[in-house]
Amino acid sequence: MRINDVILQTTAKVISFIILTFGIYIFFAGHHIPGGGFIGGLITTSALVLLYVAFDMETMNKVIPIDFKKMTALGLLIAVSTGLGALLFDQPFLTHTFGYFDLPILGEAELATAVLFDIGVFLTVTGVAVTIILTIGEDEKWK
Amino acid sequence: MNNLVIIPIIIPLLAGIISIFFLKHIVWQRWIGSVALIGTVLVSFYLLNQVYANGIQTLELGGWAPPFGIVLVADMLSALLTLTTSVIGLACFIYAFKSVGEGRERHFFYPVFLFLITGVIASFLTGDLFNLFVCFEVLLISSYVLISIGGTKPQLRESMKYILVNIVSSAFFVIGVAFLYAVTGTLNMADLSQRIADVGQTGFLTVLSIFLLIVFGIKAALFLYFWLPGSYRVPPPAVQAIFAALLTKVGIYAIIRIFTLIFYHQPDITHQLLAWLAALTMLLGVIGAVASWDVLRILAYNIVAAVGIVIFGLASFSATGLEGALFYLVHDMVIKAVLFLLAGAMISITGTTNLRKMGGLIVHHPILGWMFFIAAIALAGIPPLSGFIGKLLIIQGGIETEHYWITGILLLSSLLILYSVIKIFMNGFWGEQKLSRDEEKGNTKGLLAPCAFLVAISIFWGVGAEWIYPYIEMATQTLTDPSIYIQSVLNIKE
Repeated sequence: MRINDVILQTTAKVISFIILTFGIYIFFAGHHIPGGGFIGGLITTSALVLLYVAFDMETMNKVIPIDFKKMTALGLLIAVSTGLGALLFDQPFLTHTFGYFDLPILGEAELATAVLFDIGVFLTVTGVAVTIILTIGEDEKWK
Repeated sequence: MNNLVIIPIIIPLLAGIISIFFLKHIVWQRWIGSVALIGTVLVSFYLLNQVYANGIQTLELGGWAPPFGIVLVADMLSALLTLTTSVIGLACFIYAFKSVGEGRERHFFYPVFLFLITGVIASFLTGDLFNLFVCFEVLLISSYVLISIGGTKPQLRESMKYILVNIVSSAFFVIGVAFLYAVTGTLNMADLSQRIADVGQTGFLTVLSIFLLIVFGIKAALFLYFWLPGSYRVPPPAVQAIFAALLTKVGIYAIIRIFTLIFYHQPDITHQLLAWLAALTMLLGVIGAVASWDVLRILAYNIVAAVGIVIFGLASFSATGLEGALFYLVHDMVIKAVLFLLAGAMISITGTTNLRKMGGLIVHHPILGWMFFIAAIALAGIPPLSGFIGKLLIIQGGIETEHYWITGILLLSSLLILYSVIKIFMNGFWGEQKLSRDEEKGNTKGLLAPCAFLVAISIFWGVGAEWIYPYIEMATQTLTDPSIYIQSVLNIKE
């Protein structure tokens, strides 16, 4: 039996983008107020999972041809490398710094190296969470 | 501050991460892992000598001073165990090339193996109780993968039990840590030690220490070893060896650390309990080993017995006993790895774990046979091999502190350990030859070199005891006098 999923698919297209934007907002907000890479990653995951639920696996694999396991590894690599960066300046592992810069459009902005670490966390969390959900959903023998 | 302390953790971690990108290229994964583990061995060796020359090395992660931030601490004990871990990791990694099979290699075997090494080394180097929990989780989750990867029926059955037991004990670990934080307001081990010394180890803290002992007792197979013999026999031999050599030893390390650094004020309760648990562990372990005719089961019960021996060295709570415990701990890590690797080779030749179906292997495999013999008598503690010095010092410590009964049990159990491993040798290698060349199920190509490497280290550990002794002495000094540890971690100047 084929279920009628027109409503689900139409709303999912809109809502997932709202969730994605919110996830990215939370990610950047996390530097000074609650939020950050972990929760931002989970919100992004929920947007992706909504799309996976609304559409089927094959369509989604065509739309997002990303290997989420590799994405996890990439996130870990970024996080560890930012920690190692401190070693180049003879500081303890994981030491972070920040500064104020004049950017072309945004004006004066605070840039922090901790954000780079957070990008690693973001990618890792998204990668792991999506992998877990897809592995559970993937098994075709249970039809 | 010394960034060197983090390097032995980072190298295998990075190598594991990079290996994930090359999931399809097995040969590359092997190269990346081997080079990384050789690097870890070299760095650990350098770290060991730096600790020897300059005392305890610490690293305040992110520049946050203790007790607020997380510190990594490399004292002599940690540095020694880190080096041993990386050496054994390297040998088992190379052994895995020819023995785990392509299916596992394609499904994250090498990355997870490297993450396991990361977790074990990080547990040895951390100076923070909560961080210890995190490192435990890193190594446990990796071990869950390693025990179930391959998905054979017995593996799934045993991994279910293994995971349940460990999840429950990890939950207890967090509960214990939370209680401890509620009472003392800190989780930095040096700071904990100082605060408990200031206010005295009250009854509640003693109860907490025993609570943590239960947690580590499950992980270390101290008396609570019911899960071990079943679950250690299902994964492939390289994984068995790394489990046997490292996982229970992390639990032992945690017990040694907390009962010398933090809860050392009520030895008549805690250490007496440890002594009797150790005695029971030795007895039950050897009974299991003697009773069995299955190679892997005999060796698994030998792990249990060895845990008892090391913990008895700690429980006697004298400098001699502790020195013995450390000597024996490192010896046991190496020798258990060797025995499991050699047993893996035996099983791949005969295709069975049942001793009654083996026999006469020495005709076609003399090197394997004699290496097993050396490892067996080293395990039992025949001088001048490596088990002897450790056991001698532990017995000496036991007699000094008047634990005559338990010392007697230790001597008896040593004799039975010798019997149990010689039983493998006599039935497996001697006797009537059961398999001709053509009937053998597998060969030992590529399996013997890593074993030989570890046997050589084990022989050196016994014969070169004179050179090693200063290192052990220094490690014991830190254990018997917690103020050395506290002062280096909290930067207290005299």
